Amino acid sequence: MTEIAQLPVRITAERRAGLASSGLGVVVAALFALTLVCGQGCAPLPEVAAALLGRDVPGTSFLVQELRLPRALLSLVTGICFGLGGVAFQIMLRNPLASPDIIGISAGAGTAAVFAIVVLSLDGPIVSLVAVLSGLAVALAIWGLSSGRSAAGARLILVGIGISAMLDSVTSYMLLDAQAWDRAEAMRWLTGSVNGARLDQVWPVAAALVFFGGLLAGTARDLDILRLGDDTAAGLGVRPDFTRLRVTLAAVGLVAFATAAAGPIAFVAFLAGPIAARITKGRARLPSAAAMGAILVLGGDFAGQFLLPVRLPVGVVTGALGAPFLLCLIVRANRAGGNL
Amino acid sequence: MLAIAPLKVAASVALLALAVALSVTVGTRTVAWSDIWAALAGRSDTIGTAAVAVRLPRTALALMAGGALGLAGAIMQGITRNPLADPGILGVNAGAALFVAIGIAWIGISGPAAYMWFGVAGAGCAAIVVYAIGSLGRDGATPLKLTLAGTATSIAASAVVIAIVLPRNDIAGNVQAWSIGGVGGARFDTLLPAVPVFAAGLLLSLASARVLNALSLGDEQATGLGQNVAAGRAVAALAAILLCGAATALCGPIGFVGLIVPHLCRMLGGIDHRALLPASALGGAILLTLSDVLGRIIARPGELDVGVVTAFVGAPFFIWTVRRQRIRGL
Repeated sequence: MTEIAQLPVRITAERRAGLASSGLGVVVAALFALTLVCGQGCAPLPEVAAALLGRDVPGTSFLVQELRLPRALLSLVTGICFGLGGVAFQIMLRNPLASPDIIGISAGAGTAAVFAIVVLSLDGPIVSLVAVLSGLAVALAIWGLSSGRSAAGARLILVGIGISAMLDSVTSYMLLDAQAWDRAEAMRWLTGSVNGARLDQVWPVAAALVFFGGLLAGTARDLDILRLGDDTAAGLGVRPDFTRLRVTLAAVGLVAFATAAAGPIAFVAFLAGPIAARITKGRARLPSAAAMGAILVLGGDFAGQFLLPVRLPVGVVTGALGAPFLLCLIVRANRAGGNL
Repeated sequence: MLAIAPLKVAASVALLALAVALSVTVGTRTVAWSDIWAALAGRSDTIGTAAVAVRLPRTALALMAGGALGLAGAIMQGITRNPLADPGILGVNAGAALFVAIGIAWIGISGPAAYMWFGVAGAGCAAIVVYAIGSLGRDGATPLKLTLAGTATSIAASAVVIAIVLPRNDIAGNVQAWSIGGVGGARFDTLLPAVPVFAAGLLLSLASARVLNALSLGDEQATGLGQNVAAGRAVAALAAILLCGAATALCGPIGFVGLIVPHLCRMLGGIDHRALLPASALGGAILLTLSDVLGRIIARPGELDVGVVTAFVGAPFFIWTVRRQRIRGL
């Protein structure tokens, strides 16, 4: 009897979670449209649509095609990349605080990108490549240095924090030394920014999203099973180490490509997963985190441009958002009697 | 009884003297000994003596800030019983930086004394916030939770610093240079207001050595030994906040000195805080002065800021400590 009585309740919960997920999608679309429509002065939606379809609308065409579309697209794809990469690490390490921006992978990619641009004077896709390789190298280094005895998860996070402190000091030093750089460009590498986005920055990130996102989606099922513990997972036919390797590769690829394009946008990878899980009650974690990442970057950029008294890059807005959220996370974990 | 090995004391004093000598003589310009003596006598008529005259306050700052950071690290590790405690890692330096930036941008403070008090206030707020966040939950302040709380606080604080500074081109360059952490550009008149703060921090910390010894046995044991645990912690924490807030206000955030030095001192001299605290102050002074010299040597003809050098020396040490410990709180 009780089972029958509970069934409709569960269906309602599933449906509510499904509704919440599609709601996230709608918010993403709305913010994307808002970024296209609003700028210094708003263009009416029909004109924007016409310009997007390639028709020549005086004034609006240039604004939409050259300025707002690249910005909106870059925010969208980097947000999705950070959201996916972050939640993959959080699920894999079973710790909401173990996101790539806290454990140093974004720092590795960012430092390498700055080195490639400032010291080696490289440009274009090679910078992305360098950033990805060094993101992977940092991930491998953290992995290698934290392997060994018990409590590997905690040690992995702490080793990552140590490495990221080292890399951050190098980034600040290189930026201080680079006389030719203007401060806005330096901000991109210190906190992340989508100011001055160009379409040719978007394509590598979009390609990475298709490739690494696909890899991650193919592993999602195994990753879910891994949460039951290594032994249970092995019993269910999942190879724990192989799964972890694939997830790490996919997440690092996503985060590193996004960092090479927009800088390490602070806290997006850290915030997207937990916020999305709260909204959808823990269901469909990967897609909802991807949508949440896009919402954070699009919304943060909009707020930084128009809602605040001064214009700020998106990374500053999301970075300042992170502190109260962290507090919230820990207080809730405490009330539930759980552990971080 | 407190046992002090005279040999070790003599060796560390000799090392300190060596560090000071190197810091005065080594730099972008090689200076003859005659010029150094002339500069010490107060003359600055040749380029050589002028170079030394610049290096003297710089050396003094490195000694004071290094000693303060080493001492603050030892106290923080003692209070939290946490081997990874360090003013940089726990976000205390970032808090000091935030308050100084707010003071410069909004309240219009200027001058080293005002910077210092804002730095101390910021360090205090950040320490309280990080400790409060990190000690929530069933098992109290584990190294992992404290470190994560400190990291997140640092990231958030630096985002706010950028938000404050970015629209203000007049102060942006200053704050960015300050945020790396360096002892170059020190002058004796800017050091002066910090001396009483450092002295107060030193006295308070030496006075709380016994409490820290008792705390290392655990709170209940310490209470059983007749210590007022809460008051003892508060006094020791105040000392640490004074020390690292003032050091950060003068030099900018310098990480890892407070982490490494107490560990090395414990290995060499044991765990009695009555010996550990002065040893950490001495060791911090030696480490920061030598790091500054190293930064001048490896980046000739320019120089590497000391904050970058300590990060490179300190991060591997941090990782080594993490690997050596059995970390609680997964």
